[in-house]
Formats: sequence, C-alpha cells, structure tokens
Amino acid sequence: MNIDIKQYTRADFQSDQEVRWCPGCGDYTILASVQTFLAELGIEREKHVFISGIGCSSRFPYYMNTYGMHSIHGRAAAIASGVAAANPDLTVWVITGDGDALSIGGNHLIHALRRNINLKILLFNNQIYGLTKGQYSPTSEQGKRTKTSPMGSIDYPFNPVSLALGAEATFVARTLDMDRKHTAEILAAAAEHRGTAFIEFYQNCNVFNDKAFIELTSRDTRDDNRVYLDHGKPILFGADNEFGIRIGPTGAEIVEVSKVGIDSIQVHNAKDPEPGVAFALSRLSHGPHGPTPLGIFRDVERPVYEDLMVGQIEEAQAQKGTGDLADLLRSTGTWTTN
Amino acid sequence: MSSDTETDARPTPEKIDRVVIRFAGDSGDGMQLAGTQFTASSAMFGNDLATLPNFPSEIRAPAGTIAGVSSFQVHIADWDILTPGDHPDCLIAMNPAALKANLHDLKPGALIIVNVDAFNERNLAKAGYESNPLEDDSLRAYHVLTAPMEELTKKALAGTGVKGRAVLRSKNFFALGLMSWMYSRPLKPVEDWIVKKFGEDSPVAAANLAALHAGYNYGITAEGFHHTFEVEPAALPKGEYTNISGNIATAWGLIAGARAANLPLFLGSYPITPATSILEELAKQKHFGVKTFQAEDEIAGVGSAVGAAFAGNLAATTTSGPGLALKSETISLAFMLELPLVVIDVQRAGPSTGMPTKVEQSDLLFAMYGRHGEAPLPIVSIASPADAFSATMEAVRIATKFMTPVILLSDGYIANSSEPWKLPNVEDLPTFPVTLTTEPNDGDEFLPYARDPETLARPWAVPGTPGLEHRVGGLEKQDRTGNVAYEPENHQLMTELRAAKIDAIRRDIPPIKVHGDADSKILVLGWGSTFSAIRAGVLNARRNGRSVAHAQIRHLNPLPPDLGDVLEGREVILIPELNNGQFARMIRAEYLIAPRSYAKIQGEPFKADEIEEQLNEICREINS
Repeated sequence: MNIDIKQYTRADFQSDQEVRWCPGCGDYTILASVQTFLAELGIEREKHVFISGIGCSSRFPYYMNTYGMHSIHGRAAAIASGVAAANPDLTVWVITGDGDALSIGGNHLIHALRRNINLKILLFNNQIYGLTKGQYSPTSEQGKRTKTSPMGSIDYPFNPVSLALGAEATFVARTLDMDRKHTAEILAAAAEHRGTAFIEFYQNCNVFNDKAFIELTSRDTRDDNRVYLDHGKPILFGADNEFGIRIGPTGAEIVEVSKVGIDSIQVHNAKDPEPGVAFALSRLSHGPHGPTPLGIFRDVERPVYEDLMVGQIEEAQAQKGTGDLADLLRSTGTWTTN
Repeated sequence: MSSDTETDARPTPEKIDRVVIRFAGDSGDGMQLAGTQFTASSAMFGNDLATLPNFPSEIRAPAGTIAGVSSFQVHIADWDILTPGDHPDCLIAMNPAALKANLHDLKPGALIIVNVDAFNERNLAKAGYESNPLEDDSLRAYHVLTAPMEELTKKALAGTGVKGRAVLRSKNFFALGLMSWMYSRPLKPVEDWIVKKFGEDSPVAAANLAALHAGYNYGITAEGFHHTFEVEPAALPKGEYTNISGNIATAWGLIAGARAANLPLFLGSYPITPATSILEELAKQKHFGVKTFQAEDEIAGVGSAVGAAFAGNLAATTTSGPGLALKSETISLAFMLELPLVVIDVQRAGPSTGMPTKVEQSDLLFAMYGRHGEAPLPIVSIASPADAFSATMEAVRIATKFMTPVILLSDGYIANSSEPWKLPNVEDLPTFPVTLTTEPNDGDEFLPYARDPETLARPWAVPGTPGLEHRVGGLEKQDRTGNVAYEPENHQLMTELRAAKIDAIRRDIPPIKVHGDADSKILVLGWGSTFSAIRAGVLNARRNGRSVAHAQIRHLNPLPPDLGDVLEGREVILIPELNNGQFARMIRAEYLIAPRSYAKIQGEPFKADEIEEQLNEICREINS
C-alpha cells in the first residue's frame, strides 16, 4: 500500500479537453477555483465524481480530470444521489445552474436537500438561460425583458438560498464567482460538511445577462452591498463596518451601528439548529439588489442518508446474518413431492 | 394452538381432480387474505395451483356496491395445471354485490356459498337487486348454501376481547374455515400464519382463530355442508416447491442476479401499482446488502439507478406504464452511457391511468420504440410467476454482459398471481461474474469506449479506481475515447455500433422450444403472461384431436435467431395478446408474413377456452 499522500497541483485536475465557455464567462473563474481547491484538499483524485445536468455550467465535468457524468436536464441531483448511496466513499459534486436545478430539476434538488445525502451542490446562478441563448430563468427578476419575455417577465423569481433553507438543507452558502478567496473558504467548509452542502454562486453571464451582480462587484458599490456572514461574529458591512444587521420582530433589518449600538447587531450563528434566522437573512436581498449576505448561512449536523442506509443494512445483517439465497427461496414455506 | 376439529369424523369426501374456487366480497372484507391463505394451505397440502386476484383500484370503493367488489380465484388440482381456471366451480359471496358481479362467470350448476346476513334490503339495493335472489328462484341453476357468517362470527368472538365493529373483520376467517371444511384443507397452516402474523397473545389472533374454527365447525354441524370434496396432492415432478407470486419471484431474481454478477444490488424506485411489491420485498431483504432508494418520483427512481450503475452496482428500477413514460429520457441516457440497468415494467391496462389493477400487455411497442433517437434496447419477458426468477436473472445477465439497459416486461397478472415453483438448486444457478476494469486498456491510456470485439460492450471502470478517471455523458461520443464529438461520420458509426451491440445479443438466445405438434400447420405464438392460457388451450385442443404447435417467446428484442425457421411453412400463425396486436405487428414487420392477431383488451387474462375456441375456428376454416 502506498503510504505517501499524493501531492496534487491544479494541473492534475485539468482534463485534456478544451474549455469552451464564452470568453469572459464567470464559469472559468469557478472552474479554476475548484481545481485549485481540490489540489489542496488532498482527497484522492479518483474518489471525486462530478455529476452535472444540462446548461452552460453543466459542461464542467468534461474539464475536470476526475470521474464525471454530464447527464440530462435537471436530473443531476437524482443521479448523484444514486452514486453517493451506491458508494459512500466517494466525494460527489453536483454542478448545476439556475434553470437546471430550480426549474426542470427543482423536485430533485429539494429532495436531495431534505434527505441530507452527502452531495456538494454547486449552483451557478446567472439568472438567465445561457445555453439556449437568453430566455428568462426561474431566478430572473420580474420585469426582465428577454427573448421569451419581450414585455418583461411576469414570473416571480426564486431566491435559491431561501429555497434551500426552506427544504431544511444542513449546509447553505452563497459566494461570488470572481471572489476566489471567499470561494475557496466556502468550498473548504462544504467539503468538511457531512451531508448535502448547497452553494449558490452568483455567476456572471457576460453575453446574455451581463452585470447582473454589478452591485456586488463594482468598486463603487461592493463595500456597501457585500454582507459577509462569519460564524460567531456580528454581521457588519460598509467600508468602515458602519452598518449592521439586526433581527427585529419582522425579520432581518439593516441598521446603522452608531445609532443602535454594537450589542444590538446580530451575531451570526451558522450552527443554529433552527433555520429561521438564516432564512430571515436570506430575505434581505432579492435580485440581488442592495446589501446581500454572502457566506455560510447554515452549517448544522443531521444524520447523513448513506450512513443511515448502511446502518440499516448492518443492523439487518447483525440480526439475520448475511443473506443466504437458499434460505430466502424457502422463506415462505415449502413442500416436497416424491 | 391446534384444532381439535380435525379429529372429528367427517363424511367421506368426494374425490375430485380439480376445483376452481372464487372468494368474493367487499374490498374491505378481506377476501384477498382469505384466498391467499386457502392457497397457502393447498400448497402445503401438495396440490398444484394457480391464482387470480382481482380488485378495484380504489382502496375502499363505496361499501356494498358492485364497484367495490374484490375477488380472489384459486384453481387447485391433483395434476399439473396452468391457469387459474376459466369458470369457478364454487363462489363464496360475502354480500349481494359480490354475488351479482361474479355470477355470470360461474360454471352451470356451480356451488354458491353466501353470507346470508349481508342479504338485507339496503345491500340488495346497493347491488341493484330488485328482489332477493336467495328467495326469488333466480339462482335455481346453481347449488346455493347459506351461512349466517356475521351472526356466528359475533358469537364466536365473545370472550376474545375484540368488540364492536372490529368483530366483523374476522368474518373472512369464518368463510375460510368453512371452505377449509368443504374442501378438506388442513387448518394448521392457517393457524400458524395467524399466530405468526398477529402474535400469540393478541386479541386479534384469538378472534381470527375463533372465527376460523367457528366456520370449520359450522361445516361439520350444519346441514347441507356434509357433501365435502377432496383434491389429492398433485403428482408434480419430484422436488421441493414453494408457492410464489410473480413480483416476489422478480425481487428474488434481482437478488440472485446480483449474486451471480458478484455485484451489490441497488433498486431506485417509486411506488406504482402493480409494481410496488417488488420494492417492498427488496426493502425487507437488507441483510443481502440490498440498497433500496424510494425516490421522489419515477425519474429520480431511474436516475438514482443510473448513478448507482455508474458507481458499479447492479442497478434496477421498477415501474408500470405511466412510470416507464416518465423514465424514458433517462433510459436513453443509460443507453448512451452504455451502463447496465434493469428496467422492470409491470404492465397494466392503459393509456394514462387506465385501469391500474388490471392486466394488459400494451407496453410492448413502447418498450421497443419509446425513446428518442436511435436507441434499441433488449427486451426480456416473463411468462408466469414461477418463470419470473429466471427471466429476471436473464435480464441481469444481458445487462452486465453487454453493458446496456434491459427492459424486463412483466404484468399485473404475473405480479399478483401465484403458482407452485420447483425450487432450483442454488449451486446450479447460472453465474456471470462481472469483471470491473481496473487497468488502462490502450498503453497507459484508458479508453472508456473501446469495445470488446465479440460483445461490443465497453469497459466498466467505476469511480474510486485510480488512473481510469473519465467522463461520460449524453452528448455523442467519439469512438473509443468517449470524448464529445460532432463529426458526422462518427455519429453514424456510433449509432451503428450501438445497434450492432444489441443485435449481438441474438447469438446468446437459446433455441425456441416448440411444444405440441411441432410440425403442425397451426402455430400459436405468444409472449409473456399469455403462456398459461395458451398452453392450456392448446393442450385441450390437442386432446380433442387438433394438431397445434405452441411457442412462447421470452426474448422480444432481439428476437431469437431461429424464430424465422419456427414460423416457416405454417398455414396459420395465431398470436394471442392482451393488447391490440403489437407483437403481431412486430412479427409482420420482421418476417414479412401475415400472422393472425387475437387481441383481447379487457383488463383480464385469456381463458384457456378462448384460445381453444380460436383454434377450433381456425381448424374449421382450414378444413372447409
């Protein structure tokens, strides 16, 4: 047995396939972040499995030199659930987009989250259908004019973090494609988490929905709008941390620290067993417009599906012994003819 | 607890070689249970048997109505029988609706045993009777016996601790006890079952035992029930038998198939009538290491199975028609990925929700063609409950040997009916261990779509195997490398390769067994659950001097290589099917011949008589 722990570099996780997203796409940055992170993580390359659905982001597995499957639209979470349940030793990643995970695949997403299967779900939210060239998605803002909504979209959008919290996901986080340092932190926490980890990436589609996240990325506005959630720390933001979040009777509210005092500011508790406060934080921003929380909303422990599944098998084997086919065939009674 | 009634002197029973009995009542009356237990004690007694349950799709249709009637038919015999019988010799009717719904099926002169307590004005009106058939002479063609089953059950249960409305729940055991007396069945297997099911000290067990004995004792004491019958044990081929239903045998076939392939078994499924009991059975067998994943929907059921197949499990999914439609896109993905997967379709009457509890064979063409793009799949069919075990193993064998999804066609008749099954020697079962790929196959490289020259199967390398990291997907692949490819010639090549792989399965199909008069001008060609009725109908026709051959086809795609020869030179090829002629259409297209389709689309299996009548008609035509 080889006792040397293999040292990986980013190149070890790059496949030989040419990356074919549009120049300037946010997906490049996320791909680089993930490859760099996996090289540092130290889990053997062959144990990583990337499962994607359909959409621009879902080409991701082809570019990873790991095991991978580019599956069909919306079904990645269901297929990945089967991979993880069949072999709990694997580290299973789901790569999906706002259309893939929240429209056609919405059902599989919420059920994976409630089961707490050991999946790391990376949802690249660009608030548009990119692969089909620019139709509104389930996260597009109301009023958005696209090829299929020439007078403006009348659909009310999902807030993916609210949805995941509503499904009682055990790990829910949000980050920005271009913020590689923050992305690395979130990926590390997600990899550490046992159970389903859900990460929403705000991902810029520079061709069909450019600058959707400009308020969080432009130098002029980003300090006033990026609200970083750090477990155990008061939730402060602004160039000089002059603003904070207070949980009031109707939910989360933005306050000036100088007016309410630092003691009134909510200290972020990602480990809170109840998802209520995390949900209130997710409601601060829709769109996103204005101050928007980034970071880990929730990170709690709950039994993992595969552990329970394997546990029942072991319990059954302890009670009945390992199955014997000849006994099974006789289990409902037999008779013999001469 | 043992019954002292068995030592009572009984009048010498009339020996009969066979009998068809139908238990009928309201869907809440427990007729399926009474019939199943009667069957179980007959099986233990050594009779040959075949059963046919029939129930409404509503769990509780309005009580007392025709729509709410549930029945269970069992055919027991002292010889090798095939079908649950065309026309009952004996009907147990627990209420007027049960009598009315079943009367037309009875043999002339049949014995009818009624629960007379239920024949009140209200129930008669609900069943649509204007006058009481027990009093108006309308049943004079039959032999009618009455028993106050509710009254006597109430009396029998005094002191058991079961009170109020719950008392009448035991009346099915009264009926069972009475039938056990009439047909000389041992009570012991039923008693053992009651104690095991409800617990030795439970009031429910005591109540059911009391009702069972009360029914039996009523037969001893009541006038009219003194003419009893006895069906001797059947002279079945020597061996050890169990009474098996199709869905259980299918579940066990998956366990045996995974064992033969040396792979862990994973079932991703979503409950749907009449397939659900396969999932239920496998969920009980966790000590075999079986993983059952009850998914959020049909698509996730097959999706999780595709994931498990990618991860190296023997993956299966179970469903019925509507679910097969939902799974279609994912099955095409599995076809494209070239991963083994067993898709079990327990067919029911469609389209749409159709008649979920009724049998039909109408998914054949859907199994053949129900995918987008060029996506041929192997299809294996199950001929009877006892055949389900080996047919399922065969589906697993094909899936793993050829790296392909396989559709296994069962149906609601096979699923729920039962028959004696001569247990195979476990050591003699086929084995086909899978060798997962662990080494590069092209120098230092791993080519996930480099094929075995004989089977055209691709290698199966699973996540966790160092050095063989690769990506698969639904996009068209380059030959050998599996990389995404849009080259026109490559797409044609890959399409042809995938089709050739499925076609190569043909070489693995054993020769067709032609039964009866092999060289007859008349061939009856069937597939799936029509087996028993066809075989019985052909046997009867031949007993009556007709010359007929019968072949039942298990492999529906590809078809057996010798089928053309078997069809050659026949004057009439009769294809009875529980659909509108789908297999006949396939045969016509494949062999450019004109078979004669006999389509029955009534939600019920063929009767042997119906097949025989067709054969008589054909003989008359040929000879005239």
